[in-house]
Amino acid sequence: MTVDLLGQGLVAYGSFFLATALSYAIICLGLNLQWGQTGLFNVGVAGFVAIGAYASALVTTPATSAHLAGYGFPIPIGWLIAMVAAGTASAFVGAVTLRLRADYLAITTFGIAVTIHLVALNAQRLTGGPFGIGFIPRPFAELAETPLAFSLANLALIVGVLTIVYLGLERLARSPWGRVLRAIREEEAAAVSLGKNASLYRLQAFALGGAVMGLGGAIQAHFIGFIAPDNYQSSLTFQVWTMLIIGGSGNNRGAILGAVLIWGIWSVSGTGIAAIFPPEQQARAAALQIVAIGVLLSATLLFRPRGLIGELATVSRHIDGGAELEAERQASP
Amino acid sequence: MISSLNLQLLDLQFLADGILAGAMIGLGAIGVTLTYAILRFSNFAHGEFVSFGAYATLLGSSLLGAIAGGFTEPIGPFSFGWGVVLAGLVGMLLTGGLALALDLVLFRHLRHKAGSITVVIASFGASMALRSAIEFIFTSRPAYFSRELQIAMPLGLGVKITPDQLLLIVIAALLVTLMHLLLTRTRIGRSMRAVSENPALARVVGVDVASIVRVTWITGAALACAAGIMVGILVQIRPHMGFDLLLPFFAAAILGGIGSVPGALIGGLVVGIAEASAVQTIGAEWRGAIAFLILIAVLLVRPTGIFGKPA
Repeated sequence: MTVDLLGQGLVAYGSFFLATALSYAIICLGLNLQWGQTGLFNVGVAGFVAIGAYASALVTTPATSAHLAGYGFPIPIGWLIAMVAAGTASAFVGAVTLRLRADYLAITTFGIAVTIHLVALNAQRLTGGPFGIGFIPRPFAELAETPLAFSLANLALIVGVLTIVYLGLERLARSPWGRVLRAIREEEAAAVSLGKNASLYRLQAFALGGAVMGLGGAIQAHFIGFIAPDNYQSSLTFQVWTMLIIGGSGNNRGAILGAVLIWGIWSVSGTGIAAIFPPEQQARAAALQIVAIGVLLSATLLFRPRGLIGELATVSRHIDGGAELEAERQASP
Repeated sequence: MISSLNLQLLDLQFLADGILAGAMIGLGAIGVTLTYAILRFSNFAHGEFVSFGAYATLLGSSLLGAIAGGFTEPIGPFSFGWGVVLAGLVGMLLTGGLALALDLVLFRHLRHKAGSITVVIASFGASMALRSAIEFIFTSRPAYFSRELQIAMPLGLGVKITPDQLLLIVIAALLVTLMHLLLTRTRIGRSMRAVSENPALARVVGVDVASIVRVTWITGAALACAAGIMVGILVQIRPHMGFDLLLPFFAAAILGGIGSVPGALIGGLVVGIAEASAVQTIGAEWRGAIAFLILIAVLLVRPTGIFGKPA
C-alpha cells in the first residue's frame, strides 16, 4: 500500500516536472523561430512570456476588484488572447528595430522586458501589482483533489499543445516561407536580390515567435494558477536562452530537448541546495545555480556552438541529400 | 504665493539630481559606446563592471581600514576617507583586469567570427553569471562605503547639494575630459578611432589592433568602476546596481551616437535629468521605464543619435 502510494507520488512528481519542462519547451520553440531560424536576437523573452501570462490571466479570472478585466473567459480564449497580445507587442518592437543594426533589437527587447516588469509591478489597478494574480482557472481543476490525475491530465494537455506547435513550426520551417527566413539569415543580400522583402519576413517571424512565447507563458500561468511580477525577470530570459543554445538552436527538437534537460538540471540542483544549505542561506546558494548555468552556456558557445543536436543542413523534403550534407558538414572543421 | 514659490524651488532640485545621475550614466555609457564602436558588439556584461568595481573598492577600503584606522577617517567635508580613494584606483585597475580576462576566455573567441551576434549572447550569459557570483559572495544585502551623514549645502534657487555630490560631479567631468583628450589628442586615441572606422585598413597602416582592443577594455571598465564607486558613495552598493544601470547606459550611448564620447556624456545627462524629472512628476517607481522610452524615441526619430554618422 505504502509502496503503491510512493509510486503514485513519484509519477505525480514526474508528470508535474515534465509538464513544467514542456511549458518551457513551448517558449523555447518561439525563441527558436526568432533566433534559430531567423537569427533575431531577443533578450526580452521574459517580457513576452509575461504579456501572454498576464493577458490570459486577466481575461479568464472571475470578476474582481484586484485587477482590471476579470471576464471569466474560457481558458482556450485566454490562450488565444495571450498569443495575440504577445504577438502584437513583438510586432511593435520588431517594427521599430528590425530595420536597424542587429544589436538594437537586442537592446530594445531588453528594454521592453524591463518596462513590462515595471508595469506588472507598479500598475496595480491593471495587473494586481506586486501581489500578482491568483485564482487563475486551472485546466482539469475538478481533478485537483487527486494530484496524480491532475498532473497527468495537465501533462497530456501540454504535450498536446506542444505537439501542435512543434508540428506547425516544423511545417513552416520546411515551407518556402521558412527557407526564405534561413536565406535571409545566411545571406541577406542574396535573398533581397531574389525579390524577398527581408524586413517583412523578419517581422513576421519575430511576431510569430513572440506569440508562441506568449502562449507558453499563458500555459504556465494556468498550470500553476498564480502569477507575480518577479516570475518574469531576466533570469527567465537567460534560462530559455540556455535551453535553446544547449539543445541546439535551429532545431525544434533541440529546443525541446534543451528545455527538458536544463529544467532537469535546474530542479535537481535546486533540490540539492534545499537539502544542503540551511534555510537562511538558500537564496544566496541559489545564485550559484545561475553561475553554473551561465558557465555552461558560455562553454557551449565556445566548444559546441551547435548544441546537442544542431540545425540540419537541409530541411526540404524535395532534397534527399540531407543526411550526406550533414555528415559532410560535421566532418569538415 | 508662498506655496507657488515653493513649487518653483522644488522644481529645480531635479536638475541637480539629474545631472548627478546623468554623470554616472555617462561614465558607464562611454564604455558601452567604445565597446560597440571598436569591438563591434553591445556588451551586456558592462553593468557588472560597475558592480564589480564597487565591490572591489569596498573590499579594498575595508582592508585598508583594518590595517590603519586613519584610512577610514573622512577627508574634510566628505563622507569617505583616503581608503576609498586608494582602493578606488586599485579597483579601476582590477575592473580593467576583469574585462581583459573575460575577453581572453570568452569574448575574443566569439568576436572573430564575422558578423556573429553570438558574442552578445555570451555577454548576456557572462552578465548573469558575474552578477550571481557577486550575490553569492557578498549577499544581496546593501553595503556602504561609509555611514557618515552629509549635510546638503544650499546652492541658491532652492537647489541643495552635498559636498560628496559636488566632488563627484567634478571628478566625473575630469574623467570625461581626460577620456576625450585621450581619444582626440594622443596616438592611442587616433588608433582607436581608426580601428572603429575600419579595422582592416587600420591594421594595414600598422595599427596594433590587439593593443587597441586592450586599451578599449581597460578604459571602459575603469570608467564603469568609477561610476560604481560614485553610486556606492551616493546611494548604496548592491549586486544588481550595475545591471539596473545597463538600460540607461544603452539609451545614453545610442542617444549620443555610437562611438561618440561627448555624445555618451550628453546622452547620460539627458537620461539622468529625464529620470529625475519623472521621479518628481510620475513617481520613483517608474524611473526604470524612462530610459526605454528615450531609446524608442531615438530609434524612431534619429537612430544614429545626436553625433552618430549614418550607417
